[in-house]
Amino acid sequence: MTNPIYDVTRNSDVIMLVGTNPEEAHPVFGMQIRAAVERGTKLIVVDPRDIGLAARADIHLKLRPGTNVAFANGMVHILIERGLIDRDFIDRYTEGFDALAAMVASYTPARVAEICRIPEDDLIAAALLYGQADRAPILYCLGVTEHSTGTDGVMSLSNIAMVCGKIGRAGCGVNPIRGQNNVQGACDMGALPTDFTGYQKVENPDVLRKFEQAWGVSLNPKVGTKATECFPKMIEGEIRGLFICGEDPVRTDPDTHHVIKALSSLEFLVVDDLFMTETAKYADVVLPGRSYAEKEGTFSNTERRVQRVRKAVEVSGDTRLDTDIFIDIMNLMGYEQPRLTAAQIMDEIASLTPSFAGISHARLDSAEIAGRGLQWPCTAPDHPGTPILHVGGFARGKGGYSLAEYRPSVELPDDEFPLMLSTGRILYQYNACALTDKTAGLNEIASESFIEINDADAARLGIADGDRVKVSSRRGSIESTARVSGKTNEGETWMPFHFQDGNSNWLTNAALDGVAKAPEYKVCAVSVEKA
Amino acid sequence: MLNVTIDGRAISVREGTTILGAARQAGVSIPTLCYLKHVSNIGSCRVCAIEVEGRSELVTACNTPVAEGMVVTTDSERVRSSRKTALELILARHGLDSTNYCFSCVKNGACELQTVCREQGVVESPYYVAQPRKAVLDSNPFLRFDPNLCIACQRCVGACNRAARNHTLHTSKRGVRTAIEAPFGENWRATDCENCGNCAQACPTGAITEKRRASYREWETRKVQTTCPHCAVGCQLNLVVKDNRIVDTEGVAGPSNHSMLCVKGRSASFDFVHSPERLRTPLIKNKQTGEFEEASWDEALHYVASNFTRIKQQVGPDALAAFACSRSTNEDVYMLQKMARCAFGTNNVDNCARV
Repeated sequence: MTNPIYDVTRNSDVIMLVGTNPEEAHPVFGMQIRAAVERGTKLIVVDPRDIGLAARADIHLKLRPGTNVAFANGMVHILIERGLIDRDFIDRYTEGFDALAAMVASYTPARVAEICRIPEDDLIAAALLYGQADRAPILYCLGVTEHSTGTDGVMSLSNIAMVCGKIGRAGCGVNPIRGQNNVQGACDMGALPTDFTGYQKVENPDVLRKFEQAWGVSLNPKVGTKATECFPKMIEGEIRGLFICGEDPVRTDPDTHHVIKALSSLEFLVVDDLFMTETAKYADVVLPGRSYAEKEGTFSNTERRVQRVRKAVEVSGDTRLDTDIFIDIMNLMGYEQPRLTAAQIMDEIASLTPSFAGISHARLDSAEIAGRGLQWPCTAPDHPGTPILHVGGFARGKGGYSLAEYRPSVELPDDEFPLMLSTGRILYQYNACALTDKTAGLNEIASESFIEINDADAARLGIADGDRVKVSSRRGSIESTARVSGKTNEGETWMPFHFQDGNSNWLTNAALDGVAKAPEYKVCAVSVEKA
Repeated sequence: MLNVTIDGRAISVREGTTILGAARQAGVSIPTLCYLKHVSNIGSCRVCAIEVEGRSELVTACNTPVAEGMVVTTDSERVRSSRKTALELILARHGLDSTNYCFSCVKNGACELQTVCREQGVVESPYYVAQPRKAVLDSNPFLRFDPNLCIACQRCVGACNRAARNHTLHTSKRGVRTAIEAPFGENWRATDCENCGNCAQACPTGAITEKRRASYREWETRKVQTTCPHCAVGCQLNLVVKDNRIVDTEGVAGPSNHSMLCVKGRSASFDFVHSPERLRTPLIKNKQTGEFEEASWDEALHYVASNFTRIKQQVGPDALAAFACSRSTNEDVYMLQKMARCAFGTNNVDNCARV
């Protein structure tokens, strides 16, 4: 996020949520949005479903899944037409505005309303509400990114904030609400095929030299393959050995048949995990690691805030610290890596990463920080951290606009598979349930797969609320239970991806975004019939 | 800034500061019961009532703002007497003899009513209030409400309505008849309760509790502050540990959660740690049978290293790849990518951010 949670929920006049359901996926953030709305902050919800917050929204744009880029371009069109743009900000901090204005010229409210299947007046009202507000953050989540056009979607949302000058100041910004507890940190720490820690590029020879010197080894200068693109390479035999730490792609990646085929094609698969996951079953070696409660360390939350994780217990059995596992393998493969504590590892990270230079366990535990964590960039031991990004301009010079046009999703409904399927999270479980399904009370509340289907579609198909149904796509077929309501639009269905008794990922499409290579979980075509 | 004198100590405080806030700044302790920062300041318990020069009645410190030149007395005979009476009235309705004697109550040692009464020297109540036993609501999987122990302080109401803003827990009736309507009875599934348990954390007595509290006594535990392992809000919580086992959690006032937690953070962030399903030894798959067999770390890690080294030498480093976990720590992720780059020799390293 460019801005902290406290800031966007306490200092804003209007909040615009796009493709995010924080009450269920980020509940404590959701609570604070509810509080903001009750204190008088206006709310715009852009989401294909009647999520809980839609009922509290001033405007709900219940748009067709996969049409975010059209929505965003339409917003910019209206903002320009109504003179709600910030000329001074545009001139001082951005470049390429004229090209943007020319691109969005064809995104008239009438055209966008037709693409998104929303009332034209509501779109205009949303643009006016956002544009006329002094302070308005955009908050988005996987409903924007999990599309074949996900990167375009993110950049198009940034266009809205940039033309209005609603970035780099309090109560504003473009704010991705990150999914998992440390997905921000996993990216920050260089678990990316193109980047070392702190987004230092593998392709930059100076960066490569710096890491070669620090690590005392000659490094591979060729950028790596993104995880989602590794699977086809496994089938082709290009990737033969894989180490997976705590991830369960058999349950969480799209197109399960394809994932299993890929993992089965490997010569050697190692899984380091807490449990015998569906993925671990395909491994040659399974290594028992340790959970967050058994180790020292840090997580970076969605605000870029680095906070401490502390060891509370030891569990019985022959488990091992994950860092020690990696260190042992390094040494056995011929790279001399001394054994380090988590605090020493953070010191090494800080020494190699300008944006983390001021972060250490000692400082995070100090009276100075008083349990508030540090938000990167934190460039020196006396640097207070950076709550709001892009204050006084963009880090990399003038901000550029995205000129992305709307492109339909890769797989749209047709005669054979006439309904659109979107997937997401519910409050009571988390992802593949690996951690949450060990709590009996949660399973008592929610433990079974279901599919939300619109009343009109259900009536046509002879399906009643609570019926068992067979859901099929080009890639597979599962059974689930129908929940019939008006929560989704006609022609659209939705499933949580948590439950193995009817896992939506047998159905979802592995069509990838051109840049981020994120799969199109949010749109595929299915048919539904009574089971 | 406003000037105020509290028990003879002169200080300056920001406009809008309550007398309670000013007293805390001055290092003067005023007992409270129904007050909870950011959650409730209704001033109903009267335990924080103090004297203000020039005012005939006592005023509640938790919700009275400081005025310029105010002179406050927190420890006079009149204040002590009023405080004692307030506690005796509360204690008379607490149902000490109905369902749960102090020594068997799950909140024994963590009960704020117990603590305040002990500090103020109140051991019993001279008042008698007829206490018909009321039914305990405990159908919810996590939460229970024992109305017999409720002192109607309404902190739970503040937690549900002012903090979590879920609006499923309310009061009914008014004045001394005020009763809490908690959604934990037989129809709990039909309510909008999100089971976040912020009400239980706010309750000063044993009236609303997480059921698992029955598995430990306050003095048997130690607390370790950490960061929630589920979503990316980064809520701060204490893991409550008894005998090397996590038995409960509590929300801590972190910058992103302000003491609140959700159902997953509060109730699902520790069972998995101690799950019998945990892997507890390295496993190597027997190629003949396809079954996993237990192995030593030495055996398993040599097997891993030799196979990765073989593939690296035969096909090249880019025939290897490693996926990091977005649920694990920064330090874990850093060492994993270092292993991929320095030992495997490849940049084929990624995390689950894309999926």
